[in-house]
Amino acid sequence: MLGFLVRRLALAVLVAFTVSAVSFVLLRASGDVAVAIAGESATEADIAAIRHQYGLDRPLAIQYFDWLGNALSGDLGRSIFFNTPVSDLISERLPVTVAVGALALLFAVTLSVPLGVAAALRPNSPIDHLAMWLAVLGQAMPSFWFALLLVLVLGVWWRLLPISGTGTFAHYIMPAIALGYYATPAIMRLTRAGMIEVLQSDYIRTARAKGLGTGRILFKHALRNAAIPVVALAAVQFGFMLSGSIVIESIFALPGVGHLAWISLQRSDFTVVQGIVLMLAVIYICLAVVADLFNAWLDPRIRVS
Amino acid sequence: MTAPLLEVRDLRVEIPLEKGVLNAVRGVSFEVARGETLCIVGESGCGKSLTSLAVMGLLPKRARRTAAALRFDRQEMAGLPERKMARLRGDRMAMIFQEPMTSLNPAYTIGDQLEEVFLAHRGEGRRAARARAADLLERVGITGAERRMRQYPHQLSGGLRQRVMIAMALMCGPDLIIADEPTTALDVTIQAQILHLLIELKREIGLALVLITHDLGVVARIADRVAVMYAGEIVETGTAAEIFAEPHHPYTRGLLACVPAPGVTKPGEPLGTIPGIVPSLIGEMAECGFRERCPLALAECARPVPLHELGPRRACRCVLAAEAAA
Amino acid sequence: MSAPDLLQPVVSPRARAWRRALRHGGVLFGGAILLAIALVAVFAPLIAPYDPYAQDLSQRLIDPVWGPKGSWAHPLGTDQLGRDYLSRIFYGARISLLIGLSTMCVSGLIGTVMGVAAGYFGGRVDDVVNFVVVTRLSMPVILIALAVVAVAGSSLTVVMAVLGCLLWDRFAVVMRAATRQVRDLEYVTAAEALGMPVRRIVISEILPNVLGALIVVATLEMAHAILLEAALSFLGLGVQPPTPSLGLMVSEGRQVMFFKPWLIAIPGAALFLLVLSINLLGDGLRDVMAPEGRS
Repeated sequence: MLGFLVRRLALAVLVAFTVSAVSFVLLRASGDVAVAIAGESATEADIAAIRHQYGLDRPLAIQYFDWLGNALSGDLGRSIFFNTPVSDLISERLPVTVAVGALALLFAVTLSVPLGVAAALRPNSPIDHLAMWLAVLGQAMPSFWFALLLVLVLGVWWRLLPISGTGTFAHYIMPAIALGYYATPAIMRLTRAGMIEVLQSDYIRTARAKGLGTGRILFKHALRNAAIPVVALAAVQFGFMLSGSIVIESIFALPGVGHLAWISLQRSDFTVVQGIVLMLAVIYICLAVVADLFNAWLDPRIRVS
Repeated sequence: MTAPLLEVRDLRVEIPLEKGVLNAVRGVSFEVARGETLCIVGESGCGKSLTSLAVMGLLPKRARRTAAALRFDRQEMAGLPERKMARLRGDRMAMIFQEPMTSLNPAYTIGDQLEEVFLAHRGEGRRAARARAADLLERVGITGAERRMRQYPHQLSGGLRQRVMIAMALMCGPDLIIADEPTTALDVTIQAQILHLLIELKREIGLALVLITHDLGVVARIADRVAVMYAGEIVETGTAAEIFAEPHHPYTRGLLACVPAPGVTKPGEPLGTIPGIVPSLIGEMAECGFRERCPLALAECARPVPLHELGPRRACRCVLAAEAAA
Repeated sequence: MSAPDLLQPVVSPRARAWRRALRHGGVLFGGAILLAIALVAVFAPLIAPYDPYAQDLSQRLIDPVWGPKGSWAHPLGTDQLGRDYLSRIFYGARISLLIGLSTMCVSGLIGTVMGVAAGYFGGRVDDVVNFVVVTRLSMPVILIALAVVAVAGSSLTVVMAVLGCLLWDRFAVVMRAATRQVRDLEYVTAAEALGMPVRRIVISEILPNVLGALIVVATLEMAHAILLEAALSFLGLGVQPPTPSLGLMVSEGRQVMFFKPWLIAIPGAALFLLVLSINLLGDGLRDVMAPEGRS
């Protein structure tokens, strides 16, 4: 177990460094940041001044290690627009994003796992077909469009929910649904496929031969094994949700990290963007580790060798 | 005579397929007395396993089961709701499967899976369950039971897992154990050990055993009675001595000829084979299922052949046996 | 029990897959819609009633034909600048399909090379590819894509290049698994034993056998790319106005969505239908290739 943990953490750290380097280089190499910051009316001299001010005239490797060194000590630089530390900007807004993301994941899991289990119990039944159609339709729905339709129907026509802001819990419901529904088809399908496979396994037959009750067979013996791939997928999906929060937060005017990223992109505030990319990647990597540990707990074959 | 422990009358298992209905088990009848060992023999795909699963009520969902009678200790099981059936399973009748490698849940410890049967059927608490499990593990020849109970299935070899499965079957002290080819998936040396264990336990505990096998060597060592299955039907039944000494059905004779017998088979002599393959089990059978492969087939074999009683609990499904008896 | 199977006429697996495909509802339905959309997109210049860029400020925000003031002159109405919505939808489908196809090709090539290499060679190569895939999955796609587009300047070419270089992960994962399966088959071992060069083994033995899986991922990734482009354009960092991208049209319609909801409903529905048809086709093909997977 200890060996597994150490190897897993080492990989995570390595991935984190690689992601930071790749995204740093990507942002710097895909165009001249100084030109983007200076804007269209800037002169050559302005651009050169900006380049010097932000240290963009130094070699790329030096810029990266400088930035990385600061990042490791918690300093992600200063925002060009707000002129405040990026880490402050992010940490102010992170709770909103995480709250929406967690609610979205909760929504996705509570909808898709029971549906997947029900579909697996009765393949080709009406509930299975319903689940399959929901999955197919859900997967084809553009999230921003779905969010706007929610705003229109639930917010404006029926006046059930507030359409923007963060005042109450009700403010988070629509964003969570709009962000979470996209993950439901994948989780539902995997739950269904996993359950069908597990229910056909020999050890489920053994459990029945032992005279256990249906509930025990389903929840103790089947679901735990079927959940193993679902956990990994849910972590991946949560990563997508953090990334997708940029769309949802911009629609619902939620003051989260996604919204910050969006306005920073429009203002060419690349220090902020760079910081957010790093932060989202690190959160995702941590989640993947947590998912692996959770799976190791679920599956003794990973844990005990 | 007292009522048999298990009584099966005209058991049928049908599996609807795209091409038609697969009649996998067609009208099988047998009974098992307390403490008796019945061996059901036959080649792969003849319906042995489905028969045992049907008795336990463990058939796959799409399979349909019908029976004129399916009694365990005088209780009719045919129309029994799943909840009541579950109460019998694991408690009074238990099953050992062919695949020890996949029959244990990888996510739980051996101890947990053993105790679980006891807890499900007996309200005596975890402490009693644990003691019983440890006791039984020792009994099936697993040393260091306390340590083993904390281990997971993947840490055990196939032979050990099958011992665990046997211990699991014994947890509630059942009257009947159905073992479906319990040694097939194991190494040859382990097979002998597991078989020894079964024979020993049976003798000590006095439980009834239905052993599904295609290994006649095993049958010779353990069986009181034998039922030979072919193409979903029982083609011959009798005591082990009768079957081995005087097989009537050509299929039984063919099976026996496939196995070397000490003192009978001469060194260097080729062993027998049964040419051909099992007929399709889809739809109704219009003739003796063995006709295509039978060296003695007659014109009468082109009709369905009934089971001829040759004596008390001795029967054969062959026109030749009927003539010999007449 | 296998006796009846022996009596079946011998049909090649490929012919059987085709036959199943032609009976599969999802494949037929999805394929038909996709074909219709593709025809509209290809022949947009011929069938579009108006120039999608032509503004007519006297004809702004006309209702579609089913609306109170709609007419057949503009079947889907006009937008805030008086441009014919139907024509813009036709051209928007063109952009979407273009993005989908180009991304599918670029990312398909990258992912297939990585996946086949990892699956075929295993060992170190596999470890490296695995690491690269994990790294890629750890990067927030939308944000990276937005940022790169923001720096490089937004244009159709940049968007196509960015998506192509970002969306290869699923290709790599699936191709790796498929190649590993094929790699252990006896005829590949035989080809190796005969001393066939690796390049020939990969081209003539491996690729034909992973093609089915490749087609399935390719369709699903195409749908993914179309959705992503729409999201980028919606956020204002994808295709730039006045180009008629479906995502951009939703974004433009958003300003008046409370009064003229069809301005967002129509392009969104078009996008939904396009992605739905591709997904139905992809899901259907997966069923057809592995019939035991479902039911």
